[in-house]
Amino acid sequence: MGTTASQLGKDMLSEYQELTFLTKQEILLAHKRFTELLTKDEKDLPNNRVPMERILTLPELKSNPFRKRICNVFSTSEYKDGGLTFEDFLDLLSAFSDSATLEIKSHYAFRIFDFDDDGTLDCGDLEKLVNCLTGETDDTRLTPEEMRQLINNILEESDIDKDGTVNLSEFQHVISRSPDFVSSFKIVL
Amino acid sequence: MAYSVNISQTDSDSESDFEDMGGSKPGQGTFRFIRESAASTQRCPESLQMDDFRGCTGANREDLPFTASGHMRDETLDTGQRKSLQRHHWSAATLKVLSSMPSRTAGINAVIPKYARDSSQQPQTSSHDSSHHSKPIQADFVQEQMEETSAEEKQLVSNLRGLSVSEAMRKLRATPLSLADKMRVRRLAFRDVDESSFISRNIPCYRRLGVYISRTWSQCLFICLSVLTSLQLWHSPMKILSGRFGTGVLSYFLFLRTLLLFNLFLFIINGLFLVFPQAVNPPPHDPHSNNFTGLELLTGTGYLSQSVMFYGFYTNTTLTTCRAANSNATNTADLPICDPHQPHMVPYSIPAAYLFTIAIAFFIICIILVYSMSKSFGRSVQVLKSNRNLAGNIFCIWDFKVSKNTSVRLQSEKISTQLKELMSELTSGEDAKSYTLRLCRLMVHVLAWVTCLISIVLSAMAVHYLSEACITQSPFKDTELVLPAVVSAINLLLPGLFNLCTWVENYDSPSVCVYVSIFRNLMLKVSIIGVLCFRWLGRIAVEPVNHGLQCWENCVGQELYRLLLMDFVFTVLYTFLGEFLWRLFFKQVLKRNRKPVFDIARNVLELIYGQTLTWLGVLFAPLLPAVQILKLFVLFYMKKSSVLLNCQASRQPWRASQMTTLFVFLLFFPSYLGAAVSVIYTIWTIKPSTECGPFRNLTTMFHSGKLWVQQLESSNTLLFWLSKAYDFLVENPLFLFLVNGFFLIVIYVHSQVVDGQRTIVNRLQKQIENEGKDKKFLITNLQALYERSSLVSPNR
Repeated sequence: MGTTASQLGKDMLSEYQELTFLTKQEILLAHKRFTELLTKDEKDLPNNRVPMERILTLPELKSNPFRKRICNVFSTSEYKDGGLTFEDFLDLLSAFSDSATLEIKSHYAFRIFDFDDDGTLDCGDLEKLVNCLTGETDDTRLTPEEMRQLINNILEESDIDKDGTVNLSEFQHVISRSPDFVSSFKIVL
Repeated sequence: MAYSVNISQTDSDSESDFEDMGGSKPGQGTFRFIRESAASTQRCPESLQMDDFRGCTGANREDLPFTASGHMRDETLDTGQRKSLQRHHWSAATLKVLSSMPSRTAGINAVIPKYARDSSQQPQTSSHDSSHHSKPIQADFVQEQMEETSAEEKQLVSNLRGLSVSEAMRKLRATPLSLADKMRVRRLAFRDVDESSFISRNIPCYRRLGVYISRTWSQCLFICLSVLTSLQLWHSPMKILSGRFGTGVLSYFLFLRTLLLFNLFLFIINGLFLVFPQAVNPPPHDPHSNNFTGLELLTGTGYLSQSVMFYGFYTNTTLTTCRAANSNATNTADLPICDPHQPHMVPYSIPAAYLFTIAIAFFIICIILVYSMSKSFGRSVQVLKSNRNLAGNIFCIWDFKVSKNTSVRLQSEKISTQLKELMSELTSGEDAKSYTLRLCRLMVHVLAWVTCLISIVLSAMAVHYLSEACITQSPFKDTELVLPAVVSAINLLLPGLFNLCTWVENYDSPSVCVYVSIFRNLMLKVSIIGVLCFRWLGRIAVEPVNHGLQCWENCVGQELYRLLLMDFVFTVLYTFLGEFLWRLFFKQVLKRNRKPVFDIARNVLELIYGQTLTWLGVLFAPLLPAVQILKLFVLFYMKKSSVLLNCQASRQPWRASQMTTLFVFLLFFPSYLGAAVSVIYTIWTIKPSTECGPFRNLTTMFHSGKLWVQQLESSNTLLFWLSKAYDFLVENPLFLFLVNGFFLIVIYVHSQVVDGQRTIVNRLQKQIENEGKDKKFLITNLQALYERSSLVSPNR
């Protein structure tokens, strides 16, 4: 079931509104912004998948260090290329919206931080996460010593079953203690 | 990709792994393991497939890595444990089984159906392209996963069927599936239910009315909600601000918007019940009112003092459209007699309306403040409890709202600095400062504190003497604007001095610095408002005749009006001149491109100060909230443009939720409570002026409420019983003691419950740790056993 790019049917709109955390205005705005990303010929096809490069031109995602991971997580493409259909795009906005529950946000945050997609955050994932946080330049990156120390501290605090990785439940447990998470895990169009 | 990397790592690391067990040759042809072990996993999914493992030779048969008893040393076990379950130390097959453990596939399972369905047609045998681990290596493996996940889906569908429609929708919305999957699940779950209840329009006749009513109701609700959300005032400016500055600066503007809504509420209530009735029936106009000049808007005297703005306008009459048959009061002599068979307006007593409107408005604000305070306190109190929530901070530290490139870079730098400081603090521990250095720092702190306290005391005394001088001089004509100007100037300049002191003191931790500066600013404002309250309630109100005042409430209202406006004028001047000039100074003189930082704490405290003045003044000038609304409106746009032009984001991290809790708390505790206490004191004890206002000729303002209740009692028996009940309950101390005792018991029970839950949490954590140890023990021993058995029979 797809939506042609030119208009969004009323039935689809109410169905989307019931199944996501977005309001009708937000869905319409998302539709508008999504169709701006399509080329002329693509506009007539139903159920378009916009390639990742074009999605990443959106100003809200352009400078985000996690932009590629976000596209990969929400993409339902078989080729794992990070391309998003309109419904994937709505999923993305819904998870990042104001009214999304903590459960949903922490679930998707976990998947975004899981760089190798193995279901847990191990040392490699945590290292990549910290490198994304601290930026590209050399003088902001942590030294290997500091990185090791930091990862050890993180695992010490969050790894309850001491298996060397942080799984989803442990991640959600850690997140539940931080009240800033919900307000920082937000993207608004 | 990641998977293949790990495979090659497994190659080299498996060497070290087996060295522990007695040396070996590294494995060859790891790719083959995966295919074959996948196939064999399908046959017996529970077991570790070590049959085809050819990497290990010469394993020490007697050496099992862990024995159940005795050999474990608990102190080093934790790090050792953790290391040995990390990926590189296991064989490929073990890794694969480990990664399909339920605890690791909890999140991804939901998405598998689509991949499984799509890729089951194309069995992938190359193992170098799998960023998603469940990318099937064998179709059979996929099949097995698919069966598991479709079972989960069936479970979800049956769960949803058991709930009501709205509940099911809410639950489905909160499930982390993709939208396409959710739509499929919804169709499956509600296939049996009449689908017309969702979207179609064919409704049987007998249900039409009910459906019509519910539909109009939901449409009304939707319209109200959309109006409210479009009243999401300033949505796009706030988005721009948060995109550039992040959550910290945004919290100031959110606070501003909250205050605006409070004032709007006050204004609407006052307007409906107080201003409008009196404005429609104005009192006789005083011919002494002057011509309207512009200055009166600033000073509140002259024309404005006769207007609906101030207390003096209100009369102590009762508004009626007809008079009772047996009344012979002169002021209603010209009204027609009430006809009981015709509708007439209920007599509307202005004094009672004045008193009760203000009281009820304050009460509702109190409830709203306490509710929001408890909510935000509940959210952030966990942070206060744990000593350091490093992991949580790392995961939450990235603000996804920030979108501008320079701000993103700034945020990364900020995070990097914070992490480096944290790491250096952890590795080196507390700097062993020499005694002289510590003594020096202590002296500096003491000096700074003494300076600040002295400056606060001096400014309070200055305001006091100025106010005394104003009082003893000729009444209140020429020197009206001096006192507000001095107060606003003090409020503007002294925080600069405090900032200088904190800069000199050079606190280690930025959050301590913020708290200290908030505390100092708060002291200053509290002392100034305290002095002013003394002036109004302790001097002017008590002996108004001595100061030549006929209507002291008007005077107080005008002073508050002037203070509010002066504060606004000075803020405008500071924002435009101060921040603008500061930026020019930095650029031209110091030749640095560093813009000043937006001082969130100071600005929020100024907002709280303005709100305190409004709350203090609403009793004497019912339209003061309107002035505050206008002021806040203009302030928003001014501050927004100033921030965007002149300021840059702070380099210090700003704990938004903690700070928001603190600000709401400050709004409640010194600000609202102080205003409420002084209003109650005024109503209860101070004698209103005899010549103006709705409470003239009464001993206290509260007295009018009592009189009104007595009046109603004589005409209505229900109220008679109500007032008797009130006398019995509220003014009886025993009842209050009982209510207090009850609440104390409830609090005690809750605290005991929290303690019990904390103990349970500790026990569960220990249990999970032990389960982890068990899991590791079993996996390691099983692997060792299979290695041994594969060595015994290498050709299978």
